[in-house]
Amino acid sequence: MTTLTAISGARRRADLMARALLIAGTAIAVVPLVLILFYLLKRGIGAWSFHFFTSDPTGRFFGDPGGIRSAILGTIEMVGLATAVAAPTGVGVALWLTEYGKASRFATLVRYFVDVLTGVPSIVFGLFIYITLVLTGVGGSFAGWKGSVALALLMLPIVTRSAEVVLELVPSSLREAGLALGAPRWQVIGRVVLPAALPGIVTGVLLSIARAAGETAPLIFTATIVKASTYDLGAPMNSLPAQIFSDVGQAQDRLVARAWGAALALVVLILLFTTLARLLARRSALR
Amino acid sequence: MESASIGATYGGRPALGRPPLARLPDRVLKWGLAALAAGVLVLIGFFFVRLYIEAKPAFDRFGYFGFTFTNNWDVQGNTFGALPLLVGTLITSAVALVIGVPVAIAAALYTTEFCPSRYRTVLASVIDLLAAVPSVVYGLWGFFVLIPKLRPAEQWFSDTFSFLPFVGGHVAGPSYFIAGLVLAIMIIPIVSAISREVISTVPTDHKEAALALGATRWEMIRMAVLPYSRAGITGAAMLGLGRAMGETIAATIVIGNAPVLGKSLFDQGYTLAAVIANEFGEAASDPLHRAALIAAGLILFTLTLIVNAVARGIIVRGPAREEGAASEAFGATG
Repeated sequence: MTTLTAISGARRRADLMARALLIAGTAIAVVPLVLILFYLLKRGIGAWSFHFFTSDPTGRFFGDPGGIRSAILGTIEMVGLATAVAAPTGVGVALWLTEYGKASRFATLVRYFVDVLTGVPSIVFGLFIYITLVLTGVGGSFAGWKGSVALALLMLPIVTRSAEVVLELVPSSLREAGLALGAPRWQVIGRVVLPAALPGIVTGVLLSIARAAGETAPLIFTATIVKASTYDLGAPMNSLPAQIFSDVGQAQDRLVARAWGAALALVVLILLFTTLARLLARRSALR
Repeated sequence: MESASIGATYGGRPALGRPPLARLPDRVLKWGLAALAAGVLVLIGFFFVRLYIEAKPAFDRFGYFGFTFTNNWDVQGNTFGALPLLVGTLITSAVALVIGVPVAIAAALYTTEFCPSRYRTVLASVIDLLAAVPSVVYGLWGFFVLIPKLRPAEQWFSDTFSFLPFVGGHVAGPSYFIAGLVLAIMIIPIVSAISREVISTVPTDHKEAALALGATRWEMIRMAVLPYSRAGITGAAMLGLGRAMGETIAATIVIGNAPVLGKSLFDQGYTLAAVIANEFGEAASDPLHRAALIAAGLILFTLTLIVNAVARGIIVRGPAREEGAASEAFGATG
């Protein structure tokens, strides 16, 4: 039995075919990304100028359409506030799940519903905030902070799930060592568990920021689309995705050019956060 | 856990116990965090109830069944039947699944089984990058690049294969097909990422056993990898379906926003999510119209809840590691 039987031609061909198909599939998956980035650069970079980033949209039908300053400002303000709400809350829920809830029935239920939340379409969050905060007229009608709340709802499950995964990875021997030294739970959590999991948690938060920055649907119902820059989170607020959405709807070349420029700016912003998250994840020993 | 009582006592309390005041922060933290966790549940319940209350006028007027399954969305006539929207959502997500899922699985298989390990992470993160592109940018690209470039090919296809059902006739620019195609691109990263994680949990023993028996790579995949990861991949596809159904802005831009039942794949249509985003502005002053839009949102919410619950069920039943992987990938897209 020392001779090896050669693989038959048919089997060899099937193998080759399958390989070719898989490579083709992978190529097809990559092509849209290349195309999108290509067109973004090609049409977007032309719109960029100093004026583009430092002026508000004018809304004038002729002449200078203005830039995207208010949109960038609005996105940063609203996503910033949303992060300030969603990050601590999400990490808090994750902490309860890993440190207290563990495998209890209630914790399983919470975990399940956090997963359900990740699957809720972002427009439903927008509708919900519209119904509860805008229609009821809490603090005026449309407002930046209401947009933030919608974004925070969207970020919450992302932060919770990623934080829970990292917190699970903190070795229980570390917790036991802290407790054995007589430290109370809250100190163990604050001084041992959280610091150990921090890089991973930050990665999750950054990814949720990247996600929230690109969301349009929750914002058009809550913060709407305006032109002027504002630092007042209680007033209607512009945002990059909303600005792009409104410009796409106008059949004017100047506005479409602005949409491409804004889209490029938005993608660059999101890639920045994603890359940062990746780098941090690589640094983190826990992941 | 807070104070392990050891035999000796001192002044009425265990010698090693903490004074009551020192134990307070622990209690506060424990119950505070528990309240946060419970808050998530309350939130979802509140969500559903509020949406339902606001949608009720539309349901009262047209009936639950009547609203959902009547083919008549007429804003001027103040009559609302969501069938064209529901059908649009189902058709575009079906197109997205048919195109997107095979591509995503192929990419996942290639990345995990064939790609040289040196390039594996690079290839994986390139495909994940698709998730970093925002919905509105997909819409912009789809509208100004994909629609004009694909139109001749679509028209040719429509003319040549007009004997097929739902094919033929004039090709509209924005259409069910274009929307489905854009959604397919958008679900590739999530389906691929979860499939990749699921496939990487296949025990090396199984794969080596197949190879040792003389299987070719493809036979090994067919006999060892796919059977083991079938549940997980199905779950991944379902999650992709949930995504596709709820996707709003990209679909709004490229579907044409015509509230009718298109006769072919290349006709303009509407989806549940798109109608909300689009008609919302004009509906602010008309309570019935607004209720109808919220009712459309409620239908969408219910649909995605069911799909996601089923997907979760399928994935969780697989090996334990898959769940973590799935939820990670869950969050990493947008």
